[in-house]
Amino acid sequence: MSALIDYTLQLADNALILGQRNSEWCGHGPILEQDIAITNISLDLIGQARSFYQYAAQLKADGSTEDSLAYLRTEREFKNCLLVEQPNGDWAQTMLRQFLFSNFQFHLYQYLLDSPDKTIAAIAEKSLKEVKYHLRWSSEWVIRLGDGTEESHTRMLTAIDELWRYTGELFVPATYEQESGIDLASLKNDWQNKVKAVFEEATLTVPENTFMQTGGKTGKHTEHLGYILSDLQYMQRAYPGSEW
Amino acid sequence: MSVQDLEQIFQQKIDNEVKIEPKDWMPDAYRKTNLRQISQHAHSEIVGMLPEGNWITRAPSLKRKAILLAKVQDEAGHGLYLYSAAETLGQSREEMINDLHSGKAKYSSIFNYPTLTWADIGAIGWLVDGAAIMNQVMLTRTSYGPYARAMVRICKEESFHQRQGFEALLVLSRGTDEQKAMCQDAINRWWWPALMMFGPRDTESTNSDQSMKWKIKRKSNDELRQNFVDMIAEQIKTLGMKLPDDKLKWNEERKHYDFGEINWDEFWQVVKGNGPCNKQRLDARRKAWENGEWVREAAAAHAAKRVAKQREIAA
Amino acid sequence: MNFIRKFYYGDIPEEKGGGKTDSKTSGHDWPLWEVFIRSKNGLDHKHAGSLHAADAQMAIENARDVYTRRMEGVSIWVVESKYITASNPEEAGELYEPAVDKIYRHPTFYNLPDEVNHM
Repeated sequence: MSALIDYTLQLADNALILGQRNSEWCGHGPILEQDIAITNISLDLIGQARSFYQYAAQLKADGSTEDSLAYLRTEREFKNCLLVEQPNGDWAQTMLRQFLFSNFQFHLYQYLLDSPDKTIAAIAEKSLKEVKYHLRWSSEWVIRLGDGTEESHTRMLTAIDELWRYTGELFVPATYEQESGIDLASLKNDWQNKVKAVFEEATLTVPENTFMQTGGKTGKHTEHLGYILSDLQYMQRAYPGSEW
Repeated sequence: MSVQDLEQIFQQKIDNEVKIEPKDWMPDAYRKTNLRQISQHAHSEIVGMLPEGNWITRAPSLKRKAILLAKVQDEAGHGLYLYSAAETLGQSREEMINDLHSGKAKYSSIFNYPTLTWADIGAIGWLVDGAAIMNQVMLTRTSYGPYARAMVRICKEESFHQRQGFEALLVLSRGTDEQKAMCQDAINRWWWPALMMFGPRDTESTNSDQSMKWKIKRKSNDELRQNFVDMIAEQIKTLGMKLPDDKLKWNEERKHYDFGEINWDEFWQVVKGNGPCNKQRLDARRKAWENGEWVREAAAAHAAKRVAKQREIAA
Repeated sequence: MNFIRKFYYGDIPEEKGGGKTDSKTSGHDWPLWEVFIRSKNGLDHKHAGSLHAADAQMAIENARDVYTRRMEGVSIWVVESKYITASNPEEAGELYEPAVDKIYRHPTFYNLPDEVNHM
């Protein structure tokens, strides 16, 4: 049970933190239509997070709620992967982060359709359509920017340099993932093939021999998460025990 | 046909509630007025995303975060519908945005006020969207077709905005002492600016009202403002809060609420650019646009490459 | 003639505007696209509005994000605005057959007994 709870929290935390990061673009996007697009994705992710948190709260059966899990856990208790907490940077970095993660989420949710846990399977099924859209949308942006102008190409190279080191963690299972029977290795090929295809069309090279950073899944985050949480959790910590 | 004939046909359409469409002949002043009004309305929606967007990352619950995101997204969409309508009058989106950034085009002054607490978000939904709705319902009957249709679409989506704002405040009004105080404080700061949204008094005008004749506007400032005061003065009772106006009083003869005088000095200062956030709002919009230049350029370049590739294949 | 001395919501007179009028266009304006949507149970595509996008793919996605936020299962058509040819409003009379004197084309013209009135 504890492994399942931890895994559900990871799924929730991933969605929440990425949703939070994307929401920072609201009002600041490169053009109105894209402001709407990225807020849309943010909203989808928050929705997924809520579903997973609600399930985790149910499993814990200790009075936890979606909000107590999102707002009152500390940095070391969050289980999101390092990739999603990375800063937005410029549009290239945000698009790449989205692509790398949505690519993973898409294959993962497809895999989870067959999960023995009915609730996880149901949430995955409900979310798959929108994740497919996120993947398509971000893939196109990676291609547009990779094969756009010299400047956009350079910015994509910088983004790859920033983010690639966090992609390995996606396929390194934490103990609770192993105990929950999640076979991440089975997703790796599909993920890599998609990256290869998109990068090729984007005239980008897939890096090799990068040392991968890990730790997020077990609460050892980058210094970014603390700041994300101080924003996210502020109200509930400043006004404990209040309804909103 | 002479200009007088065209003008006659034009005015007849208006008098008969027939919409004026993009390809119809229209007086230059009509085109200009609509263009300015619609584009300024669009700018207002976009700039309006900033004070509310300010609290997305700090929304106090996941539900509130989702609601706020949806609301701000709606506002962006409304801006888009309006830019759409304005472009039919012959100005490009980029030109309109340049006018906004240069200070030539205005946006609703209300968004030059800061959102200092979470309660401000509720106050904006209830008061600011509430005021906007009054104006918007009127505009669904405006004479220019694309504008009227955009307004119909907007109005359908708008009632959720006011309701969620009021509901957010309702929760506060039933909460802890700190939350109640937060609620009252936000109302105190947003009430008068909300009243200012309806513009100067009707008596400021001494000339013929072309806008009314052309049915670009269908109700006067004072009329709308009075309706708004009457509505809010009732709704606030449910919150158990007070409006910061000691002159507010029901007038049995008029069957309306009497209310105090707006600080017209503050009104004009903010319009002129001296409100608390004027600079920040424009800076933010300029920065977003400038930082987005390379993105727009890249997307256009890529699209051109694609077209060229397709031609090669076809050849 | 002095128009617009009255000020309405969002409408401030030019004299109070200020700022420069320099209007530089970058040249990479994304083209304007017209959007047509058919709702899930709808019969035809309706014009929903317009938006800017760099290419058709983006236009469809933007249309989805902006115009279908509250509904599912829609069909979206996008066309670059420059490719739309519209009829001239002055020709409306000739183009559209006057329906008034051909009311027999309307189903309500026919009174059917209750049992078959659902047709």
